[in-house]
Amino acid sequence: MSSPALPESAVVRSSGGRRLRVTDSVYTRSLQVVALLFLALMVAFLTSMVLQSRSAFQHFGLGFITGQTWDPVHAHFGVLVFIVGTLASSAIALLLAVPIGIGTAILLAAYAPPFIKGPLSALVELLAAVPSVVYGLWGLLAVAPWVRTVLEPSLQKIPVVSAITSGPPLGIGLLLAGLILAAMVLPTITAVSRDVLASVPTEQREAAHALGATRWQMVRRAMIPTVRAGLLGAVTLGLGRALGETMAVTMVIGNNNVLPHSLIAPTQTIASVIANEFIEATEPYHLTSLVAAGLVLLVICVIVNGLARLLVWSVGRDRIQVDVV
Amino acid sequence: MSVAQAPLSDRLLIQRAARRSLPRRRIWGYVVVGLCIFAALAALSPLIAVLAYTVGRGIPAWSVDFFTQLPVPPGIPGGGISNALVGSLIIDGIAAAMAIPFGIAAGLFLAEQTSRFANAVRFVADVLAGIPSITLGLFAYALLVVTLGHFSGFAGSFALAILMLPVVMRTTEASIRAVSRDVWEAGAALGGRRVQVAFRMVIPAALGGIVTGCLLGISRAVGESAPLLFTAIGSQFYSFNPGQPMAAMPLDIYQLGIQAYPQAQLTAWGTALALVVIVLLLNIGSRMLARRLTRHAR
Repeated sequence: MSSPALPESAVVRSSGGRRLRVTDSVYTRSLQVVALLFLALMVAFLTSMVLQSRSAFQHFGLGFITGQTWDPVHAHFGVLVFIVGTLASSAIALLLAVPIGIGTAILLAAYAPPFIKGPLSALVELLAAVPSVVYGLWGLLAVAPWVRTVLEPSLQKIPVVSAITSGPPLGIGLLLAGLILAAMVLPTITAVSRDVLASVPTEQREAAHALGATRWQMVRRAMIPTVRAGLLGAVTLGLGRALGETMAVTMVIGNNNVLPHSLIAPTQTIASVIANEFIEATEPYHLTSLVAAGLVLLVICVIVNGLARLLVWSVGRDRIQVDVV
Repeated sequence: MSVAQAPLSDRLLIQRAARRSLPRRRIWGYVVVGLCIFAALAALSPLIAVLAYTVGRGIPAWSVDFFTQLPVPPGIPGGGISNALVGSLIIDGIAAAMAIPFGIAAGLFLAEQTSRFANAVRFVADVLAGIPSITLGLFAYALLVVTLGHFSGFAGSFALAILMLPVVMRTTEASIRAVSRDVWEAGAALGGRRVQVAFRMVIPAALGGIVTGCLLGISRAVGESAPLLFTAIGSQFYSFNPGQPMAAMPLDIYQLGIQAYPQAQLTAWGTALALVVIVLLLNIGSRMLARRLTRHAR
């Protein structure tokens, strides 16, 4: 911010007092020092991750990313299984959460009268406030039995679906992780999509009505095309949240270090394998491989989140709060 | 050729077609509204289910002992989570004490400066808001647990403080930017130094937003367990020393919830209910405060 320019000496002289005087330059410098400290902290974070994982990357090379074996006993580590598990569980979550989230957002932005809009928005945002570990507990103790006894057996009876849901119904596994993740990313997708849709100028909506469009035609022709990139950004933000989610997934995914051969098979994500094994990692290369897996996850999440923010900002940087949701 | 330029006969044809298609277009509208309402109900169902389960299963676990006693070994009835309450309070309190002053100063920096350096800081804060919390646990482990040689509550606080930072920074920046330029200029016109204008005039005017951001940051940290797994690690006993391993409510929920003992699961539900009550109170409180203050400002 450009301050109204006053000669510094004049300001200091007029304020007089005997107490320690913080001049403008000292004040500005101290704020810059705080900002520098913040950047230094982040550099330290990245450096520490790289240093801790370096020996795993040096020892296993590219095979660390492409290897399917995660065998602490024989000190052989590859994270492909966890990358697949992370992407698959997030994909299931998005498949469920995107239509529900965007549908709710359209209702909030274009249809709902104020007395519904406020409470509904607040309730959906409360969904984001419930701690991850509580979702995990609910998933493990309440949803898993229902998935095991009702959902999975009935999916296995549907002709085409049965081919991708083979295996014993366990309750815990990829499908349950996807279901729980869907509930957790819903508020992000809904709230950001709602703000993105609301950023369409009123004139443009009214113009569509004036041309004889029904309300849905107005939404489809005048609102959605204008903010398509922002909606994609909202979904990508949800994806970023799903990829990095740890506790809930750890409790419901089954913690099985093999590639999932079916939609309901227990498997493992990058975050969940770190949560499960870090404390007990004593074998050679185990600890460093876990940190290396964390670094892979970090890189994926930074890329996905960066992309999401660019997409959302393309619609309007000032009007849409991304972080607080 | 647009509708307005079309010959009169064509325009009548178009009008008639539009009128004739109206019922069909209206029906599509109804279908879509129906689908959107269905989506909204589907979005609310997990919230209702989670809250209903947590209240229904958690209330039976609550008693005076639950909040005042130490945990007992698996299989024995009774016991409580008082050590986790104390642990969470200490861990989150230290995290807030570290993150809030630092975050407000950094947010003040972001609001005051528009250099390329400030943009870089803002970008890094945004990136930080999106990274998986468990990686912060890995950082705290390397920085504090490995170097000090033992797990500690303070290492957990450190990880949670970093988690809170972007929330505090960005809400502080937004609320300070929302204060009118006139306030800065009035302060300078009165002969105030920049630091005086900032701390005596601008920050008090922006205080509501800043407090809201801090409460949101705390509510996010209180529910986090991933960064505590290999820092605070949990404990069965009272620990008032942040240099030692400490219990925390989210850790208890995880460690008890995955056990097969019904008693452990009951305690996990009771702890989950207590945690949800705390987090929702912080969350709703911060939103109500924000609304009251914005209304007041208008």
